[in-house]
Amino acid sequence: MSDKPNDKKPRKPRAAANKADSEISKPAPATSTLSFDTSTVDVEKRKFITIATACVGAAGALGIMVPPLVGSMAPSERAKAAGAPVEVDISKLEPGTFTTVEWRGKPVWVIHRTDEQTAELAKLNGELSDPESDVSSQQPAYCKNASRGIKPNISVVVGICTHLGCSPTSKLQKGGDMGEAWKGGFFCPCHGSKFDLAGRVFKGSPAPTNLVVPPHQYLTDNTILIGVDKAEA
Amino acid sequence: MAEKQMSETKGLMGWIDARFPLTSSIKNHLTEYYAPKNFNFWYYFGSLALLVLVMQILTGIFLTMHYKPSAAEAFASVEYIMRDVWGGNYIRYMHSTGASMFFVVVYLHMFRGLIYGSYRNPRELIWLFGVAIFLCLMGEAFFGYLLPWGQMSYWGAQVIVNLFSAIPFIGPDFAEWLRGDYLISDATLNRFFAFHVIALPFVLAGLVLVHLVALHEVGSNNPDGVEIKKNKDPETGIPLDGIPFHPYYTVKDIVGVVAFFIVFAAIIFFAPDMGGYFLEANNFVPADPLVTPAHIAPVWYFTPFYSILRAVPPIFNSQFPGVAMMGLSVVAFAFLPWLDKSPVASIRYRGSLYKKWLAAFVVSFVVLGYLGTVPSNVWGQFGSWMGGADRATVVARICTVIYFAFFILMPWYTAKDKTRPVPERVTN
Repeated sequence: MSDKPNDKKPRKPRAAANKADSEISKPAPATSTLSFDTSTVDVEKRKFITIATACVGAAGALGIMVPPLVGSMAPSERAKAAGAPVEVDISKLEPGTFTTVEWRGKPVWVIHRTDEQTAELAKLNGELSDPESDVSSQQPAYCKNASRGIKPNISVVVGICTHLGCSPTSKLQKGGDMGEAWKGGFFCPCHGSKFDLAGRVFKGSPAPTNLVVPPHQYLTDNTILIGVDKAEA
Repeated sequence: MAEKQMSETKGLMGWIDARFPLTSSIKNHLTEYYAPKNFNFWYYFGSLALLVLVMQILTGIFLTMHYKPSAAEAFASVEYIMRDVWGGNYIRYMHSTGASMFFVVVYLHMFRGLIYGSYRNPRELIWLFGVAIFLCLMGEAFFGYLLPWGQMSYWGAQVIVNLFSAIPFIGPDFAEWLRGDYLISDATLNRFFAFHVIALPFVLAGLVLVHLVALHEVGSNNPDGVEIKKNKDPETGIPLDGIPFHPYYTVKDIVGVVAFFIVFAAIIFFAPDMGGYFLEANNFVPADPLVTPAHIAPVWYFTPFYSILRAVPPIFNSQFPGVAMMGLSVVAFAFLPWLDKSPVASIRYRGSLYKKWLAAFVVSFVVLGYLGTVPSNVWGQFGSWMGGADRATVVARICTVIYFAFFILMPWYTAKDKTRPVPERVTN
């Protein structure tokens, strides 16, 4: 706004009148260069109109800009459509090994334990954070059992650490660089979380919960469909 | 103060000065901006930070001429820059080395502020703008690191974005929104490119501007922590201990620039990856969403904060405490102006208590930084008496406690410290 007296353009009184606002509508002194009598200005009304204009302007600007800008960053329709279920043939998966398949861009492990390894799961319960799989978000209800699987020797888990999303490394052998007590499992290289062969997290790991068991079902004895529950299919 | 001539009336300068405050700007910020005469080695790093910023923007512009921000092409386009673009390898190394040197320079600049009390009244706002610049710089470095689309880029971004999903309630949705997908993908790369080349540089430049405007408003601190504006020549109004920034400090800073470029050139010519510290070996492998590299670690400048993240155990089955502590370890710097209760500003007049705490802080920072670059089992495990805990994790926890104690206990030890009398004028 201009504070300069501007008697050449009397049709722009706004700038001059605003100056009068700060003088709390005292009667204009005799030497005033303003082209009208400021004592007639209703300061309260003017303040209200100024604030109202600013609010409507701000609301309009935000209303136009924010929803599309924020919304555009959410997963697009194409990204949402990319999550189809995957079929895995486990007929060639030897006991004591695991395989990795890609589902929704994430690694999913199909772990085939030996009978001995499955039997050892129960012995680890004291060292685990959630041995009974009580956190219901981490597996479907039909996998809330001792080995977190539909079949006792086979577990299907998403190979993404529940801490910060790295993919843990397999340490299937006993002992080794994991220490003598290690019974085989997975070790996250990022922050050192440890998981057993059913994807259950050891106490003291930064990861708060067990690895996620995705919805899955057996199409035949040796074919697993990952991504869909039996109920949904 | 005597009336000074702040504009020309004749010639080209006269023509410009009638339309733009050129002469007065030069005088206010260079030839008649009075800086304390006792600046030492530590005062190089502010101007060097500005130099690196300009260099990063320049090399960055030329990299974007050849780089392709798509998951399918990004890795190959970086290799194309390295192999087929004339001078491309130097431009890329200048940019990657520049990123690390930016942090070297900024950490030294922050340390200067720490030891000479440059954050104290009346420079709190300069310091706060500086903390904002540091945060912005960390964001810039993080977004930039995804762009080569190597294994470290990919999994580093995966970890950092997942940090946000640890925020209670809104976390997972927020992380998904940030990624634009259910995992780090093409959509994520594309938007990180946008943040890296336009959004954050813009903010950064603005913050640097207000940092400098605030500095020139109150004037520089100095190694004695004495306000030079308290002792002015009664005739001219010029601080008795001040000398014009130009030519005295412009020339001094150019000496710093020369020394900096010797180091910088040596790195880009002879050790551009700096033994895996500036460019990590795993980042020369294209991103693979199914395989995390056996050892992942952020670039060295993030490792102290990353170590803090790793050191804090989950509480109530939530990883949020670790994430919160990491955030707090950076933001803590913003509180320094109000935590320091010492009557003196500079370390020269502080007592041994402060010096011990500062030393402990620096040592913890360096140890945390080192531990962040290596796996948590690097020093093996303690025996069963410690529950078989990783030695490195225990050390990192101790260092984390010292790190935060430096800030939390500062009001106590700075008030209790035996300080020495501060001279009236700066010393040489």
